[in-house]
Amino acid sequence: MKLALKDLKCVRGGRTVFEGLSLNVRDGTGVELTGPNGSGKSSLLRMLAGFIPAAAGHIHLEGGDNDVSLGEQCHYVGHLNGVKRALSVQENLAFWTEYLGGGEIESALSAFDLENLSHIPAGLLSAGQARRLGLARLALVHRPVWLLDEPSVSLDKGSRKFLSTAIASHIKAGGIVIAATHAPLGVKFAQSLKLGTGGRS
Amino acid sequence: MTQAEGTFNRLANPTRFMGLASTILPWLTCLTALLLLTGLYLAFFVAPEDYQQGHTVKIMFIHVPFAWLAMMGYSVITIASIGSLIWRHPMADVAAKTAAPIGACFTLLALVTGSLWGKPMWGTYWVWDARLTSVLLLFFLYLGLMALWQAIEEPSRAGRAAAILAIVGSVNIPIIKFSVDWWNTLHQPASVAKLDGPSIHSSILTPLLIMAAAFTCLFFVMHLMAMRTEVLRRRVQALQLTHVDAAGVTQGARA
Amino acid sequence: MKAFTSLVARDLRLAWREGGAISTALGFYLVVVAILPLGLGPDLNLLARIAPGILWVALLLAALLSVDRIFHNDHEDGTLEIIALGPLPLELVAAAKATAHWISIGIPLTLAAPILALLLNLPANAFWVLVLTMATGTPAISFLGALGAALTLGLGRGGLLLALLILPLYAPVLIFGVAAMNAVITGPSPFLSSYLILCAITLATIVLAPIASAAALRLNLN
Repeated sequence: MKLALKDLKCVRGGRTVFEGLSLNVRDGTGVELTGPNGSGKSSLLRMLAGFIPAAAGHIHLEGGDNDVSLGEQCHYVGHLNGVKRALSVQENLAFWTEYLGGGEIESALSAFDLENLSHIPAGLLSAGQARRLGLARLALVHRPVWLLDEPSVSLDKGSRKFLSTAIASHIKAGGIVIAATHAPLGVKFAQSLKLGTGGRS
Repeated sequence: MTQAEGTFNRLANPTRFMGLASTILPWLTCLTALLLLTGLYLAFFVAPEDYQQGHTVKIMFIHVPFAWLAMMGYSVITIASIGSLIWRHPMADVAAKTAAPIGACFTLLALVTGSLWGKPMWGTYWVWDARLTSVLLLFFLYLGLMALWQAIEEPSRAGRAAAILAIVGSVNIPIIKFSVDWWNTLHQPASVAKLDGPSIHSSILTPLLIMAAAFTCLFFVMHLMAMRTEVLRRRVQALQLTHVDAAGVTQGARA
Repeated sequence: MKAFTSLVARDLRLAWREGGAISTALGFYLVVVAILPLGLGPDLNLLARIAPGILWVALLLAALLSVDRIFHNDHEDGTLEIIALGPLPLELVAAAKATAHWISIGIPLTLAAPILALLLNLPANAFWVLVLTMATGTPAISFLGALGAALTLGLGRGGLLLALLILPLYAPVLIFGVAAMNAVITGPSPFLSSYLILCAITLATIVLAPIASAAALRLNLN
């Protein structure tokens, strides 16, 4: 499997954020996106997820499932957790299992150390716990491509370990991870892309 | 690329449009003035007075064109909206946006002249006549479009949202018209005097048609001018954006 | 299909847990119906004559109060993005959310209508038409409301704007809902013709509105 980005151009609010961006990501590798604010890290991830149409260029997942869109083969973790406050931790995950067609809730809970919280309403969780619940989706439903936008925000040192373990094991299992980050995630990425300097480095 | 597509794309180019607009506008303005003067002269000095309505029948010569433009304005918006949604032409966006206030104005004028005409004819300024009611609902659709344009800051997003709403509205207009007619026949006991009798004498029809043509031209004059203003406004905004970007780069270099 | 039902089920569960929307809509419905006689006078004959119109207009206003929430919460907490990456096309997402709104708001309002009709002295033979026409018309209200909610998603004062955008589109539902009731109460026009047109409007809305809603949602994810 290979995720191929060719000559991508992104225009937001009338201004060009980046253009001529090309990148190849093989399965079992990860890319770290860096760059100052407004350099287009989030825009690139949203473009890969299919939320923003590319002003020019192509995105193609070679060896992926051609019957479904790229977005459906991606996990997208943005700044918001997508957690329903009125539902318990368990119910939140149960909905994603049903809706996205996923796997075991128990293993997802343990992957992000949420077993003890499973019956707590998500509205009562701390910011870090809610973030872990949002990330637990990664372990819950298998999707080959992970798009992570500042995944470690509001995680303390201990919780960050669960995230880096999850990312490392996904890469090891032949997945693709593209992560935008300010702080190091504690994972070795095969490539690093610095945006805001003409598109590549 | 076919020939038709080529023409279409050239028109969609703002610079081409600006050139074209400044060539057409003086001619179209002259034509409008000419038609308007002829139409007004015929309407006031040549057309006979109605034996029942007297002077008030003259309102018809502006009321009917206004009502026609109320509908035409929405059609222009709908066509432009389809263009902006499907082909994503920037000029279609501009055309849809600028047609809305002009169309809304003509719709309001149609309502006002209609109710002024209604006073001597029906003895009251407003009746819930089927036509008045559907024009009123059309006016609300215009207001909604304008409000949506105003509420969304980013022009391209506002354009697409307004285009969706405009198309939904145009699908609904026949349904609304049909239901208002139905509603009206249920409630209105006897219909009041109707304008469209079996035939309209040519001494009335000719000035009416000339007035309709004059106001249609006026619509396009104002529309072209508004589109030109909108293009300029967007250029100014784009220039300001590049200034902001340039300032950001120098600041970044200093830091 | 499983994704569709799970989305509807989750929305219903959330509506039940959070509770506020249903009780606010019902309370608003009651207050509007109760305050109109204060303006119109207590003449029961007059009230009985205009009861269908009052009940329908109040229902529209009460439903309008809650439609702007259809996508708002999911948009605000980021759930909408994840839902958009699910197996369900956005058209069906919009349809699922509108269906959940209809079940959680439209049906309770429809069931409350006969009780409020008592206050207005609605003729006894019209109660079944009241429930029938409202049960038929409220899906159109939810689906059009979802379209308005999708268009005004993420805007300040979205609720007021939504009312301006959507109320004119509600006119046909209102006209034929009331016409069908009046046909039974006073005649002379046949009930069935108005009612069947109301059915047609609802069915067309259910099919077409989600397409436009999905286009608006796509714009908002942008």
